[in-house]
Amino acid sequence: MTAPASIKTAYDVEKIRKDFPILNRQVHGKPLVYLDNAATTQKPLSVIEMEDRYYREMNANIHRGVHLLSQESTKAYEDARVTIQKFINAASSSEIIYTRGTTESINLVAQTWGRKNIQAGDEILISHLEHHSNIVPWQMLCEEKGAKLKVIPINDRGELLMDEFKKLVTSKTKLVSVGHVSNALGTINPIADIIHYAHEHGALVLIDGAQSVAHLKVDVQKLDCDFYAFSGHKIYGPTGIGVLYGKLALLNAMPPYQGGGDMIASVTFEKTLYAKPPHKFEAGTPHIAGVIGLGKALDYVTAVGLDAIAAHEHELLVYGTQALSQIKQVRIIGTAAMKAGVLSFTLGEIHPHDIGTILDRQGVAVRAGHHCAQPVMDRFNIPATARASFALYNTKPEVDLLVAAVHKVLEVFK
Amino acid sequence: MSDFSDLYQDLILDHQKNPRNFGSLPDANHHADGFNPLCGDKISLDMKLDDKGVIQDIHFKGSGCAISKASASMMTTVLKGKKVEEAEHLFHEFHDMVMGKIDKAPEDLGKLKVFEGVKEYPARVKCASLAWHTMDAALKNEKDVISTDDGKGSEG
Repeated sequence: MTAPASIKTAYDVEKIRKDFPILNRQVHGKPLVYLDNAATTQKPLSVIEMEDRYYREMNANIHRGVHLLSQESTKAYEDARVTIQKFINAASSSEIIYTRGTTESINLVAQTWGRKNIQAGDEILISHLEHHSNIVPWQMLCEEKGAKLKVIPINDRGELLMDEFKKLVTSKTKLVSVGHVSNALGTINPIADIIHYAHEHGALVLIDGAQSVAHLKVDVQKLDCDFYAFSGHKIYGPTGIGVLYGKLALLNAMPPYQGGGDMIASVTFEKTLYAKPPHKFEAGTPHIAGVIGLGKALDYVTAVGLDAIAAHEHELLVYGTQALSQIKQVRIIGTAAMKAGVLSFTLGEIHPHDIGTILDRQGVAVRAGHHCAQPVMDRFNIPATARASFALYNTKPEVDLLVAAVHKVLEVFK
Repeated sequence: MSDFSDLYQDLILDHQKNPRNFGSLPDANHHADGFNPLCGDKISLDMKLDDKGVIQDIHFKGSGCAISKASASMMTTVLKGKKVEEAEHLFHEFHDMVMGKIDKAPEDLGKLKVFEGVKEYPARVKCASLAWHTMDAALKNEKDVISTDDGKGSEG
């Protein structure tokens, strides 16, 4: 049997690579092998050119000017909101709030919804896998309110213990805030089950989508999550722009985030009436170029297709896991049954920082450290890992170069 | 022979494998803890000074990369028997060397000159200097953990 031609031609990684100018560059005289995509992704030409074109041709402040440039930039800014709405299948573009990134999105919920709704004795539930940005804002809120932060434990593969999760959800639980995909280990969490169970028990759910939105199809209505947060720069868009999705009824009831221009309906010294969502949460002149660039990035991902991207990255993960596992000193940290394209590993007694340096000199960019997830490192009794993380433009020959570079590390430390 | 001999010199690899003066000093009169939040390197440094300001003994504990471990180990071997002023002088010379502030490593750094290659690896400067910043803090008996991210050791 032969595969249909459409499957063979469906994913042309070499064609995709041509869209990312930075992939042509060399580092330390070697071709760049960029495997630090969980930290940030590279940008396609369409995003770079859009940012450039915005400043060359359209730059003006939004929502104010009667002049043409302001009208054009406002349209582009609001069109991007619709692009984002469609990308995650939100019910309304009013549910899409622009932030600086996932971190600010989570802080926004903690500072507005949280400060209004969390009281002494309430509980907020997170997981052991969380990035610091989904730990610290809740710690700050709990400390302020006298509420309690509880943590869903994980097993040795880096999977959430769902039985323990169910035991931890009580009538005091007001919010469950968990990552969709672990940045440190790659675990894909069963968020549909988590959301369903939490809702049955009267708790809201925030999903930290920083590591998922570029790799898995997300449908916020189908998931029925209450909030979904993600960053533009991890999905081939600019840095400094992110998104908070929130159900409109919740957003309507939430107090504003920051005060200032653009978030008001009217202001007198006696009383200010706030604008409706999303503008209620967007005080001040925003990152207009970033928003428009993010829209272009999502267009790019949609054109390639998230299912195709997920399949390609999964193939790299399987290939890389197998290749690295051949090296006897390698210990892969995070072996969940459901995993995104993240390969976290240690190499005997060699510190990940040393691995990172030697890999870098061979052109291979990985992250070495605790990945802003120190509790995960503590759980596995290690200070840090080296982490290779895949994106839509990575290839099997690049994985081979990673493996060869790891052998070089062993040679230096033999 | 590797391409990395400028950074991972044999002497450095030897000290990271067999760190000298590793452990704590029960009768220490100077102590400080150092931390590099970037990579999680930790060092705990004990020193015993006599009343003339001479470092009688110095020990370190901790976990970290090869560069930070070797740097701490070699620092302890060099500083034993040195006066506080000499230790501070070496700290400044070492610091300037790994930061690439001076073209040629000063002769009085002796075997510490093996760390000169670090200047070509800006991401590793903090690793090499963590032990020295911690030593400096121990001499001043600073209570707070010395972090390479709090401006104290803000290299690189």
